[in-house]
Amino acid sequence: MDAEREVLDVLARNAREDIDDIAAQTGLDADAVADAIDELEVNNVVHGYQAVVDWDRVDEGKIRAIVEINVELDRETGYEQVADRIAKFPAVDALHLVSGDYDFAVEVLGETMQDVSRFISEQVAPMPEVTQTVTHYIMETYKDGGIRFEDGDDDDRLSVSP
Amino acid sequence: MRLSDRARDLPESGIRKFFELAEARDDVISLGVGEPDFSAPWAARTAAIDSLERGKTSYTSNRGMAELRERIATHHERYDQTYDPAEEVLVTTGASEAVDLAFRALVDPGDTVAVHEPTYISYGPGIELAGGEQLTVPTRPEDDFALTRESLEAAGAAEADLLVCCYPNNPTGATMTEEEYAEVAAFCRDNDLRVIADEIYSALTYGADHASIATQPGMRERTVVVNGFSKAYAMTGLRLGYALGPMDAIDAMNRIHQYTMLSAPTTPQYAAIEALDRCDDEVAEMVDEYNRRRRLVVSRFNEMGLDTFEPGGAFYAFPDCGGDDEVFAEELLEAQGVAVVPGSVFGEGGEGHLRVSYATSMRELKEATDRIATFVENR
Repeated sequence: MDAEREVLDVLARNAREDIDDIAAQTGLDADAVADAIDELEVNNVVHGYQAVVDWDRVDEGKIRAIVEINVELDRETGYEQVADRIAKFPAVDALHLVSGDYDFAVEVLGETMQDVSRFISEQVAPMPEVTQTVTHYIMETYKDGGIRFEDGDDDDRLSVSP
Repeated sequence: MRLSDRARDLPESGIRKFFELAEARDDVISLGVGEPDFSAPWAARTAAIDSLERGKTSYTSNRGMAELRERIATHHERYDQTYDPAEEVLVTTGASEAVDLAFRALVDPGDTVAVHEPTYISYGPGIELAGGEQLTVPTRPEDDFALTRESLEAAGAAEADLLVCCYPNNPTGATMTEEEYAEVAAFCRDNDLRVIADEIYSALTYGADHASIATQPGMRERTVVVNGFSKAYAMTGLRLGYALGPMDAIDAMNRIHQYTMLSAPTTPQYAAIEALDRCDDEVAEMVDEYNRRRRLVVSRFNEMGLDTFEPGGAFYAFPDCGGDDEVFAEELLEAQGVAVVPGSVFGEGGEGHLRVSYATSMRELKEATDRIATFVENR
């Protein structure tokens, strides 16, 4: 495995690992790790670093919705152009072009349900290319970013065993 | 009740004392655990659940389900080990049962069984229960705890009847290369030694592929290979292992097994089929994670001045603590609440070392090694 991939595997699990610890875990020296991170960032392989947050546990947390969007394209307007316009809204947390019954799957983040509804009806639905939207509010999140949301992970192994 | 002399004379495991010391406190980070911190792959667990829902709760064939034995045989082709699933594979209740059966099938009263040490703690008692006598072959830090022809000769193993070989090794994490096995195999052929090769950690090797003594020239017919699902698939509590070997040995082991165990438990056999069919990727991910922890732990111990060789397998590091390992481990537990197992528990040659298990989360490993570094500084 090359250095960038090894570093990426560590960061994808825990973006807060410091350079010395990544070096220890990969067997690379600290400079090589720093170079690899620079390369990953410069080449837009790594776009940023974020916490995996369970918003349900935050006072005044956030509302999240998955919105299906269907669009109609014409000679001048392709998926790229539509995606670019939708992505510009700060409320849009994630945007994917998907296969299947609809075109875009959009994750929208808002303070309240009304916020999200208003955003969809006032900003997204009126876009000339958009023919239909279906909004699914997320009721409960069980797992995100590969991490299961639950209380502590009990280690019930014997504390010392052969 | 009056007990048999055999039972009464069996020594208590040295690990028990540390278990009790560690259990007495609730703030302990334990690096003393000899099993994975992962759970069995979900696909394997669902296969077990599904088998129960379908009412699969009867005995299986003595040797284990045919579908499972076939998959085990295919799986072992990756180590260049070829065994006939019909006659050369026996599914057992954990690898522990396979080791016990091998002793009972291969050892006559008065036979000498050579065991390299430090090593896993069950062989000595198993040999004793089979009526044999253990001959200890110390392995040396300067050989990174690999078994060598010189150490076998020095210990007088030429006179032994049987050799127990456990690599990747618990507690040292040591592995053996093809070249190192070649000289041990030559020694076995020259002195007509049969071998029990406990390869339970074969899936957990880092950098180099697992090598087996059983694939050395002339060794297949004199070797029983023991393996299982506990370590590779994080299935320790499901108790499923197996033995691979020449027909006569497996047949003899099965004869004992059919009276003492009848068959290995059925539910885990379904889990094991699924594990072999579908869980290679998850094992690879576990190996990658162990590897990252291994490098971190080894570099941290070396940084704090406790000499640690690079272990090639299992999930243990074996740092040299530079003095009495029992005192070190007790004081470390007392002062910093970190549990490790003194190397001397694992026999001759383990003195002055600690078994450090890295089957624990990265976060705990960092915290524990920070505490150990503080302990070493203040000492």
